Amino acid sequence: MFKTIFGTFFAFAAVFLPPFIPARAGDAGGFPLSEAVLKSLASAKVNDRAAAIAELSANAAEEAMDILRALRDGRLHHDRANNAIILIGADGTARDVASGGRLDTGREGLKRIAVNNGQREEITRALNAFALSGGAIPDRRAASRALLANGAADVDAETLGRLIAQEDDPAVLRNLRASLGLLLAGNPASPKADLLLAAEYLSASGQVRARTALAGLAASADPDVAEEAGDALYWIRVAGDWASFIETMFFGLSLGSILVLAAIGLAITFGVMGVINMAHGELIMLGAYAAWGMQRLLPERTAFALLLAIPAAFLLSGGIGALLEAGVIRFLRGRPLETLLATFGVSLILQQAVRSLVSPQNRAVDNPAFMSGMWRITENFSVTCNRLYILIFCFAVFAAILAAMRWTRLGLEVRAVSQNRPIARTMGVRDSRVDALCFGLGSGIAGMAGVALSQITNVGPNLGQSYIVDSFMVVVFGGVGNLWGTMIGGIILGVANKLLEPLSGAMLAKIFILVLIILFIQKRPRGLFPQRGRAAEG
Amino acid sequence: MKKMLARSLSCLAFVSLCPLFVDAGEVIKVGVLHSLSGTMAISETTLKDVMVMLVEEQNKKGGLLGKQLAAVVVDPASDWPVFAEKARQLLTQDKVDVVFGCWTSVSRKSVLPVFEELNGLLFYPVQYEGEESSRNIIYTGAAPNQQAIPAVDYLMDGGVKRWVLAGTDYVYPRTTNKILEAYLKDKGVEEADILINYTPFGHSDWQSIVAEIKRFGGAGVKTAVVSTINGDANVPFYKELGNQGVSATDIPVVAFSVGEEELSGIDTKPLVGHLAAWNYFQSVETPENEAFIKQWHGFTGNPKRVTNDPMEAHYIGFNAWVKAVEKVGATDVDRVLDAIIGVTVPNLTGGKATVLKNHHLTKPVLIGEIQDDGQFAVVWETDGVVEGDAWSDYLEGSKDLIADWTQPVNCGNYNVKTNACGGAE
Repeated sequence: MFKTIFGTFFAFAAVFLPPFIPARAGDAGGFPLSEAVLKSLASAKVNDRAAAIAELSANAAEEAMDILRALRDGRLHHDRANNAIILIGADGTARDVASGGRLDTGREGLKRIAVNNGQREEITRALNAFALSGGAIPDRRAASRALLANGAADVDAETLGRLIAQEDDPAVLRNLRASLGLLLAGNPASPKADLLLAAEYLSASGQVRARTALAGLAASADPDVAEEAGDALYWIRVAGDWASFIETMFFGLSLGSILVLAAIGLAITFGVMGVINMAHGELIMLGAYAAWGMQRLLPERTAFALLLAIPAAFLLSGGIGALLEAGVIRFLRGRPLETLLATFGVSLILQQAVRSLVSPQNRAVDNPAFMSGMWRITENFSVTCNRLYILIFCFAVFAAILAAMRWTRLGLEVRAVSQNRPIARTMGVRDSRVDALCFGLGSGIAGMAGVALSQITNVGPNLGQSYIVDSFMVVVFGGVGNLWGTMIGGIILGVANKLLEPLSGAMLAKIFILVLIILFIQKRPRGLFPQRGRAAEG
Repeated sequence: MKKMLARSLSCLAFVSLCPLFVDAGEVIKVGVLHSLSGTMAISETTLKDVMVMLVEEQNKKGGLLGKQLAAVVVDPASDWPVFAEKARQLLTQDKVDVVFGCWTSVSRKSVLPVFEELNGLLFYPVQYEGEESSRNIIYTGAAPNQQAIPAVDYLMDGGVKRWVLAGTDYVYPRTTNKILEAYLKDKGVEEADILINYTPFGHSDWQSIVAEIKRFGGAGVKTAVVSTINGDANVPFYKELGNQGVSATDIPVVAFSVGEEELSGIDTKPLVGHLAAWNYFQSVETPENEAFIKQWHGFTGNPKRVTNDPMEAHYIGFNAWVKAVEKVGATDVDRVLDAIIGVTVPNLTGGKATVLKNHHLTKPVLIGEIQDDGQFAVVWETDGVVEGDAWSDYLEGSKDLIADWTQPVNCGNYNVKTNACGGAE
């Protein structure tokens, strides 16, 4: 949330800091850099940047802050030929900092000015301090949160009091007051009234720092203060526990949705058609490569490329799946062991083909802006966007498949063939065509899962291998031949995994889940939702 | 791609046709034991290419001892037992004079008995967990004291008080973390301030672990993650860190298995500022490095191919071997092993690498911050070179051991307390 809308920023700056704004002409005014700043920025050594950062931080002007922000985000460049500092704006336009003149061409010969972590931290602190004294609301919120997380280390109570007096946004106010509370609670000389006030301010914030300080107050010698802080602490703890429980549930749902996405194609080919397809993972992998290919074709429009990749992956994996059915699996019908071996061979061929044709190295698939970052719901609970979208995507795909199976001609024929092939044939269903299409559909969905996976994991030749076992696990656990079983089974496995993980570690959680599934299958060999009726016995 | 294909075809043809043109005795054979298929192909294919390039370059310079060099490339297919088979094949059938190869520790452990039995010579180019020194292996990658310990020192100087040691569940992270834990406790870090976490190979769901790291690091004390997470699993880990809003300024991650090659498969914008510790970065500006990168780009026909630390290790190892062979005037393994100790060759970062008595090298340690172009900017480096230590000084049982392959000790696990060869007890 550090991106700023410059317009609003200027408006605020204009209200609060009139004396610091130099005369600005047209698009961007020039900002003369002192000799020391220029030298420090132009130096090849990262450690030499300190002087420029110190001087710019001390200069409470929007232009200086703009330069610092660009420096932190790696948008500040040094033009060696002219010894000028070039700033590339968030929108991609370049301008000469000193003269303010826009540069349209000649980006060559620019060297990015590097900073290190410590310097980035310093810049962020300076920007936050500046934003608090009158930035846009999102900036003030982020800055006040950072101030609190930092333990209000670099402000005094007086400054905070002044900021609180002029603040009107409730979220910022809460953070500022909690920061003040931290200072009051941390001061051994605070009178009782101040301590009570601190407890009140701190209890309104669920932040970790505030909680630690409250715990300190709860151990206070004064019974009133201790009681007030103790009560607040109790409720904060309850809220925190709920938040972490909901968070775990969300993690579980998200993992479940990925398992379901990976398995749902298999639920069709294995569950409905009874074909053991070991190359299912590779069809997922091809879908992920389709996402990569689309991004290569449309490098400037990541989001659009990702959306286009969904049908492209469906067609690519679906096509290869249909070919696989017509070329290999068809001839092995009713011989599951041979099918297993043949498709395993195909999976190795597909892997090595990608290695030889594309590269053995992983490929980079960018996350479009809407897929990155997180959505903060409360102080303790936030949801990462990519996981949220994948969850929604999973439900959408599931609904679409369910609808296709229920209401389309192909769905009807697939159900007919899977229930009783000879009778379906006598009714005029071309079972070989249905097999190819159905297998293509399952494979195509695997491809779409690959597009989703490309957003959270590696896109490389080995992508499929990591999901094939999980996919079979979900389908068998949920009940072969039942799409709802796959959905519920996947979600249950995801949530169970995430509930176990904090207790036992990722490694043991995985083992526990496998053991539990084995025990479960012993009890109920047909899974959660067994198929009933004649088709199941056949 | 096409150029690569043609090159590898011509290379294959060259290797197989060699015996027709020259007398078998006039060729010095260099075995290359790197996986070209299977899971490890991602890292090892590049090292095969480097070796082929180095051999080609040496031949352009007139070969070695007046003879031409020939690379014998085999593919152990990321399968540990196959490594041992192929090693045996290289040493007995192809009768190679030296082997450059292996990546994972388990593959090295699998070929070690073969090299000792048949008295071969292996150059192993990857950073590893230490606790080993064989007479027949030269370890050209970093030992833990040349990578992990300096990285922790750097973070400690930066005020880090709480530590997350996150790793993939296998021998290298477990041993390294054991050493680091002992080292941190030695430096006065409390048990409660160390969080150790292991994950399976290829782990891709990092939500809960990142949330745990966030909670652990949110207590108001500066926290860092020391990551021995294996190559592939890093991508989803970093992505999750970025998405959950953990930036390098909040909780820096220093990685020991992430180099330029691994980053070439990642969108590095959310990773800027996270750290890696190596003995070489492509971004180091020295004439040697520039020449090497130029050679590499020319050889691969791809100006975007990156170079990385294990490639430098092969470069050093190959040159050290060439120098030792020139010194004795023969490729006989025993004589080369005697001669190679003390051999000094330039590394690519402007210093010198010396082969030590314990078959490890002297190396500089560099800490780099990830940049948005997939390269590293060096933010810290050791004053000089650090001597590789085969046996860690911080582990019970190994602190009394040294490796010394010169007379009179001539032992890989010599106990300085009992003055006997053969380990701790």
